[in-house]
Amino acid sequence: MKHLLHIKDLEVKFALRFGELTAIDGINLTLDKREKLGIVGESGAGKSVTGFSIINLISKPGYISSGSIEFEGKLLNDLSAEEMRNLRGNRISMIFQDPMMTLNPVLTVATQMTETIMAHKGISKNDALDIALEKLEKVYIPSPKKRLFQYPHECSGGMRQRIVVAIAMLTNPSLIIADEPTTALDVTIQAGIMDLLSELCATEDMGLMLITHDLAVVSQVTEKIAVMYAGRIIEQGLTKDIVTTPLHPYTKGLIGSLPGRGQEGRRLAQIPGMMPNLTEIPDGCAFHPRCVISEQVCKEARPDLVQINPGRLVACHFIDRLS
Amino acid sequence: MNNWIRFKNSYFFYSFKHDFVAITSFIIFFFLVSVSFLAPVISPHNPYDTTTIDIMDSELPPAWMDGGEDRFVLGTDNMGRDLFSTMLYGLRTSVVIGVGAVLFQAILGIIVGLTAGYLGGKVDAFLMRIADIQFSIPYLIVAIIAMAVFQIAFGLDRFEQLALPLLVVIIGISEWPKYARTVRASVLGEKNKEYVEAARVIGLNRKIIMFRHVLPNTMTPILVISTIQVAHAVMSEAALSFLGLGMPITKPSLGSLINIGFDYIFSGSWWITIFPGLLLILFTLVIILFGDWLRDVLNPKLYKG
Repeated sequence: MKHLLHIKDLEVKFALRFGELTAIDGINLTLDKREKLGIVGESGAGKSVTGFSIINLISKPGYISSGSIEFEGKLLNDLSAEEMRNLRGNRISMIFQDPMMTLNPVLTVATQMTETIMAHKGISKNDALDIALEKLEKVYIPSPKKRLFQYPHECSGGMRQRIVVAIAMLTNPSLIIADEPTTALDVTIQAGIMDLLSELCATEDMGLMLITHDLAVVSQVTEKIAVMYAGRIIEQGLTKDIVTTPLHPYTKGLIGSLPGRGQEGRRLAQIPGMMPNLTEIPDGCAFHPRCVISEQVCKEARPDLVQINPGRLVACHFIDRLS
Repeated sequence: MNNWIRFKNSYFFYSFKHDFVAITSFIIFFFLVSVSFLAPVISPHNPYDTTTIDIMDSELPPAWMDGGEDRFVLGTDNMGRDLFSTMLYGLRTSVVIGVGAVLFQAILGIIVGLTAGYLGGKVDAFLMRIADIQFSIPYLIVAIIAMAVFQIAFGLDRFEQLALPLLVVIIGISEWPKYARTVRASVLGEKNKEYVEAARVIGLNRKIIMFRHVLPNTMTPILVISTIQVAHAVMSEAALSFLGLGMPITKPSLGSLINIGFDYIFSGSWWITIFPGLLLILFTLVIILFGDWLRDVLNPKLYKG
């Protein structure tokens, strides 16, 4: 079966004054319809760049240096700027972190919604308004008719993020990329938005790519997880496997540093050190300076991402010792 | 109706109500503009109609002075036109030129500033250097040369008909870099905000993002400099007319009236210069005071709401 989204050996580089910097170093990902994929990692691991590279909007000095992205059977690398723009917001939508910032403060909700529809479909303003209203109802906004003609500052944070989700849904996309969609919201609203997203995923036949550093959110919502570190995927698999039996030392560290039941009064585990700056990624395994089980070989050779079970991949030299 | 209620409850209207200077200057401004546009109805004489002018009435002093006549409240000018009526008509000309020139320079400056700021790079450098060049040439020199050339090119008769649009264009051209710079500066601030990125992600094209998303967010500084620029344009027009390069003698603006009176001021007919001068000062003063208040209210750093 063809995948909805198939990223193959994607490599993204940033051309800077002192040379080229590899932000994403050969990642492979697939996503099907109705599937929810979580991409997890610390800041600077390349999660957001992955999202932006799918819609070809990496900010300026960055570019896709090699690899291919296939979406709905089409190779996105070959598309012209015009075709790409038709895809954006139409077949692929993106949701950002901060709903205070993503809505234009001086335009009403209605204007921002109808504009999106009319940019992609040649329909009248009235029809567009009907669609907008229907989508607002779908994201459970109370009295949507009133909200439609309000400005963003008149809505609360959770409401705004719902509006952003509604805008992303307007053209019935088949893929939604959510880049830390709940980081700026408080926990109860977070849960609401996450439930909404996974519900829409099922009812609207969409794929969801959830980019976040919040393991708790990812484990609740997604089916698959890819853990990224310094521009590479270091572990990949089903969510329940990764959360219950993490293999890679980094993933273990991440899961271990989550507060959980039965450890009241004890210190939270933590991963020593910081993620390396992309300009000074260490040789060999990028994680070795922080790794608890690193040995000489880790400093010299970079481990490949190998399959250990169907659908379960890990990049480490000591796979046999991990479990 | 809904919008009206919204406006009535806004911080904008609230601070307007509580600012004495703002109310006074706005009322005076509104009064002067309406009076000037009602000039054909309310003025006792029509200064443009040469058949009603009698040279024997020239240089009559205001009505309350010795030798003044009740027909001419503020006296007459050197050709026997009623000064009060002529001032009303002149003010109308000044308002039209002021607003017209500001519209012209705003449209030009906004388009240039928006394009330069949003596209950046070489386009930005090129457009802003043109603006710098335009700015480094004193507008009076441009205007003097242009008006002199047009006067010769069109002949005096044609020029008299074309004086008004020409003044609009010349004052507009000499001042557009101010808009371009202001707009560019705020576009540079706005274009990196997330809503612009979101608009790009939605798949909107550049033109829509520039004019519908970025431009409305730069309206505050545009509004503020617009008020100041209207006052500027009115003064520029007066200055040009004073130099004899503006409105023709047959259709005097405030500036040309001041100029006419200047020749007679030493023969004792001070009123021909003083009254239009006072009106000009009052008019530009209220605009600037109102603009000052607007700047304070719209400045988010000073927002106390």
